[in-house]
Amino acid sequence: MKEYLQTKGRIFDIQRYSIHDGNGIRTIVFLKGCVLRCRWCCNPESQEYQIQTMMVKGRPKVIGEDVTVAEVMETVEKDRNYYYRSGGGLTLSGGESLCQPQFSRDLLRAAKENGISTAMESMACADYSAIEEILPYLDQYLMDIKHMDSAKHKEFTGRGNELMLANARRVAASGRTELSIRIPVIPGFNDTEREIAAIAGFAKELRNVRRLHLLPYHRLGQDKYEGLNRPYLMGDVLPPTMEKMKVLLGTAQRVSGLECRIGG
Amino acid sequence: MFQNTDVPKSERITRLVENLYREMPRIESARAVLLTESYRQTEGQPIVIRRAKAFSHILDHLPITIREEELIVGSTTLAPRSCQTYPEFSYEWLEAEFDTVEHRSADPFSISEEVKKELLEVNRYWKGKTTSELATSYMAPEAIRSIEHNIFTPGNYFYNGVGHVTVQYDKVLRIGFEGIIDEARTELETCRFGDADYARKTRFLQAVIISCEAAIRYAQRYMVLAKEQADRCSDPVRKEELLQIARNCGRVPQKGAQSFYEACQSFWFVQQLMQIESSGHSISPGRFDQYMYPYYKKDLDEGRLTGEFAQELIDCIWVKLNDLNKCRDAVSAEGFAGYSLFQNLIVGGQNTEGVDVTNDLSFMCIQASHHVFLPQPSLSIRVWNGSPHELLLKAAGLTRTGIGLPAYYNDEVIIPSLMNRGLTLEDARDYAIIGCVEPQKAGKTEGWHDAAFFNMCRPLELVFSNGYDRGEKVSIQTGQVEEMTTFEEFYQAYKDQMKYQISLLVNADNAIDTAHAQLCPNPFQSCMIEDCIHRGKSVQEGGAVYNFTGPQGFGIANMADSLYAVKKLVFEEKKLTLAQYKHALELNYGKGFDATSAADMTITAARQMAAEGRPLTEEQIGQMITAIMAAEPTAEEKQFCDRLLSWIDEVPKFGNDIPEVDAFARDVAYTYTRPMQEFRNPRGGQFQAGLYPVSANVPLGAQTGATPDGRLAHTPVADGVSPSAGKDTHGPTAAANSVSRLDHSIASNGTLFNQKFHPSALSGYEGLNNFVNLIRTYFDQKGSHMQFNVVDRETLLDAQKHPENYAHLVVRVAGYSALFTTLSRSLQDDIIRRTEQGF
Repeated sequence: MKEYLQTKGRIFDIQRYSIHDGNGIRTIVFLKGCVLRCRWCCNPESQEYQIQTMMVKGRPKVIGEDVTVAEVMETVEKDRNYYYRSGGGLTLSGGESLCQPQFSRDLLRAAKENGISTAMESMACADYSAIEEILPYLDQYLMDIKHMDSAKHKEFTGRGNELMLANARRVAASGRTELSIRIPVIPGFNDTEREIAAIAGFAKELRNVRRLHLLPYHRLGQDKYEGLNRPYLMGDVLPPTMEKMKVLLGTAQRVSGLECRIGG
Repeated sequence: MFQNTDVPKSERITRLVENLYREMPRIESARAVLLTESYRQTEGQPIVIRRAKAFSHILDHLPITIREEELIVGSTTLAPRSCQTYPEFSYEWLEAEFDTVEHRSADPFSISEEVKKELLEVNRYWKGKTTSELATSYMAPEAIRSIEHNIFTPGNYFYNGVGHVTVQYDKVLRIGFEGIIDEARTELETCRFGDADYARKTRFLQAVIISCEAAIRYAQRYMVLAKEQADRCSDPVRKEELLQIARNCGRVPQKGAQSFYEACQSFWFVQQLMQIESSGHSISPGRFDQYMYPYYKKDLDEGRLTGEFAQELIDCIWVKLNDLNKCRDAVSAEGFAGYSLFQNLIVGGQNTEGVDVTNDLSFMCIQASHHVFLPQPSLSIRVWNGSPHELLLKAAGLTRTGIGLPAYYNDEVIIPSLMNRGLTLEDARDYAIIGCVEPQKAGKTEGWHDAAFFNMCRPLELVFSNGYDRGEKVSIQTGQVEEMTTFEEFYQAYKDQMKYQISLLVNADNAIDTAHAQLCPNPFQSCMIEDCIHRGKSVQEGGAVYNFTGPQGFGIANMADSLYAVKKLVFEEKKLTLAQYKHALELNYGKGFDATSAADMTITAARQMAAEGRPLTEEQIGQMITAIMAAEPTAEEKQFCDRLLSWIDEVPKFGNDIPEVDAFARDVAYTYTRPMQEFRNPRGGQFQAGLYPVSANVPLGAQTGATPDGRLAHTPVADGVSPSAGKDTHGPTAAANSVSRLDHSIASNGTLFNQKFHPSALSGYEGLNNFVNLIRTYFDQKGSHMQFNVVDRETLLDAQKHPENYAHLVVRVAGYSALFTTLSRSLQDDIIRRTEQGF
């Protein structure tokens, strides 16, 4: 067996028939571990690299599993026919996939070499050299940009945004993958027209952006915080209304001149 | 380019629908009274003539009405959505339910004291004369016993007419009943006095002529009524509409249709009158977009018709299809819940030459379901590699509304599976769907498609009990499970039980089939089925070109999971013995006994005691039931059962894309489908299995004890070929991959795969496109049928609390759409329980 198929990584879920993260019908592999600690994160169990126990419906569930690329591909290949019909494929998500750069690269490579198209959802929060190694195997980069103000970014996610913005520029300039920018719209963090416009303006500057997504905040992850015995800091925050999202969509379109969408 | 843009809905349609649902449907007596009057006058005459004369007497005197603002006329009852009764098939159940039918949970009907009185009077005539009584007299006692013990139920055709047919609508549109009368006359002239079949053939052809003439006169009664109403009408617009209706009814269905409007009216009379002749449901319009298209195209090309008016006429037909109704007995009403008549109408697909013939009407039919937003017709879409993608997108747009329509069918599986049953390539390519999911070649087939429900779980119970049920021997003895030493031995016992019970099902179906041929031939229906006129016999007597009997099995997922669990836990991992498994099932896994279990156990004990010469008193029986219901398993038993349940939980289940388990399920399905095809029916045709439950998986599950897959006693069994509810945990593609590994082709009477989606899975163009590609991929992998519920759980829970706010909430329940609020509580719960999928 090819050596790179034996590369090990740590994942916490594989979700099939995903249709909101990349083109067509996709299988998402969720990698464990993240560099940020976004307050609104809907996958809090993704943040720690350590294998954890989370209470799910009153029962303890082990979160995190060490697997090889070959093992993951066994599941990914099951929906090959759906990818073929819909233009879908494999999507890496997390956590931040780039926290496990070698595993990510080898997974994407295995998919590509088996004729399966690839996407990665990531904040680009890593050394560019890691990204550069992945680009040959990546068809679609779904890049999160959360805020243009580094101080506010740091306040809400634990880190400033400089590295990510620099990487975004370099990925766009490389022209080696289809780049989409995804903005999680979080009330009280970035849900003003001014803040969205700033990100949209940045996306426009990048030039090589295929599409801009506005992802409305949701509370579906709330139970998991309880399961991890962690406080949910967004408790009282309501998801943005459709009217509000439409206003922001208009702003994003106006400023970026790109194809913009609500949702994935 | 197809007409795939949205056409606005006319306000007339909104009002027609409102009027339709204003009141609870009623039971009317006119048909039963007229039928009986006629029968009393024709005693001693050939049965087929008596049938025709009765049909004629009914059509001449049945009260007629034109509803407010209707453009297409012809109503079987005075009150909207109401029903007539059909005592020639059965009537006792209705008399028994006179006082409860108005308040029952599934499909209630109101009935007036006067109607009760009239029905009681005429029903007396039918004592000893019904098809159900004759059928019973033909059945082997063993078959009757299996029915009593709920191993299978042929209740549908036992209590009712057969229906389940698509006739040659195209022929009536082309030559009218006048043309068919000519055909019958020409055939009559060929009959020679010395012909062996002279008696049967001439009387049948005369019956055809009597029936067709009656249909023509019936339309003329509407012509007269429309004229009268026009004379009295002060609104000039409505007056002109009524005059047009009068002109239409003066011409069709007597003669061939000259316009699209006439074609619509002619179609409707055929559809309506077949349901007056016999009480069968699933009388299916079939390929409506095909046989109506020439009339549409011609009018459009010649500038005599606008797209908007054509749409309004189609919408009006859709409303009329919901005006027809049928009252079933309380048990069947649960099994077929939702007032559904299963009038399946299919669009798209290939023609006899294999060319895709999707047309504008295919799209307009989907549009009509958008407009009318009611369960009928059961709209279906034929899909193959050459189907225009935009047709599927339009269809998916309808699916997204949550109406539970359309159902999707795969040409690439159905065509070869019909050819395997002896259809020609051309006929197979021209298939339509009957009722829920059953394919047939329209106008040439008597498919007997819904011939029985066979509960595949019950034979496994018979393996554990060695052929006994409730203390009575009801099957062959396949040995004590305690003594079985290999899985093969155990599995063989199941196969033997299946085979034996299938032979009894065949016995029951054939008895009913014979009774229908002898007592209830339908000359009107038969004159629109090839080759009845030429052969000179009704479809009931084998006049159709293709003859089948299609009983449906269900519980595949439960049996696959059960047998697999036994194989793994008992014979491979040796975690427990079969005797221990048996004991756990008897204990209902330690979860307590409901009244049904307690009653069953008491009957068993009482029979044993009686056999030993110690009969129990009624008082003792009552005490025993109470004691059983209060009984608690010992701590040790409880602990063992819990451990067993957790073992079962860990055994892989069907529906999760595990090739080994799925291959096993495929083999389990063969235990039903393979023996079935060995049998023949009295019409000279073959038995062919279906794998779909309608909604019977709930009521029939209530008659099934605990099963080795961990399913508790009397809970629902799995729906169609779908995985057991909640056991498929890897999403829709995994479930679809598993289900596609069953052999759908051999189940040529149809398979049913139900998936439930939240609307968000279908949002936007991408959502629809992905959804369509899910269907296409399932079909690439040789799945046969797919249908969807698109609703969210909250909506359904709220609808249970406030049914009044959800009168129009339609859900697809295993093979058809129904109004959610009309379903029984347990079925509503089943729908809610199904795994949420897709995001």
